[in-house]
Amino acid sequence: MTVRVQIEDFDAGAEMAAMRRSNPKIGALASFVGVVRDMNEGADVAQMTLEHYPGMTEKALDQIVAQASTRWDIYDVLIVHRVGTLRPTDQIVLVVVASAHRGEAFQACEFLMDYLKTRAPFWKKESTPEGGRWVEARLADDAAAERWS
Amino acid sequence: MKPDDVRTTTVDVLYFARLREVFGRDREQVQLPGHVQNVAGLTEWLRSRGEPWQRELAAGKPVRIAVNQEMAAAATPVCNGDEVALFPPVTGG
Repeated sequence: MTVRVQIEDFDAGAEMAAMRRSNPKIGALASFVGVVRDMNEGADVAQMTLEHYPGMTEKALDQIVAQASTRWDIYDVLIVHRVGTLRPTDQIVLVVVASAHRGEAFQACEFLMDYLKTRAPFWKKESTPEGGRWVEARLADDAAAERWS
Repeated sequence: MKPDDVRTTTVDVLYFARLREVFGRDREQVQLPGHVQNVAGLTEWLRSRGEPWQRELAAGKPVRIAVNQEMAAAATPVCNGDEVALFPPVTGG
């Protein structure tokens, strides 16, 4: 179980290959990659800056991973979340889950993203032609996280 | 050590994202009067300093609070030496 917060980009394929080779019991890998879009709430987004709460971020992600491990029979989890300045088409977040069969991996991966979006202390500020603006939390994200409780 | 009757509570208050910009600082150390013992008391004390705290921390504003890096509620205790963070709802992922 690994959680990383970093400025650098990540290689999802390399991360998945490393996880796959680490344990011959793994029969399924599910992954999610979040990507910066060039449009949000009707405005062009030139770039965004991701800020976080060092210390709490890692703790919160560890807790989310621990919850997933309790709910599903999974072998391994990797979460990589980038911070700093990102541009459209850049990768923001990677979640990889390994399990024996696909059901657990799919579900745990979706759960991890839903909880990450509502509980991990990250904030996005977008640069648009009208200036900088903080992204507002979406009710749909709260609803997505609620499904699991 | 000060005697109990004049003891104050010293906490580090951290601000993130929009609140960091509005308050013009990312952290400050505050000395709270002895009667301030929980998150609700702390926010009330911060509001009593006037604007922009009064406006930004008004009831109903979407402010999240963590004590010692764990999400907190209004009744969560605030003790001497604690790290209290105030921030908007999170938007990562």
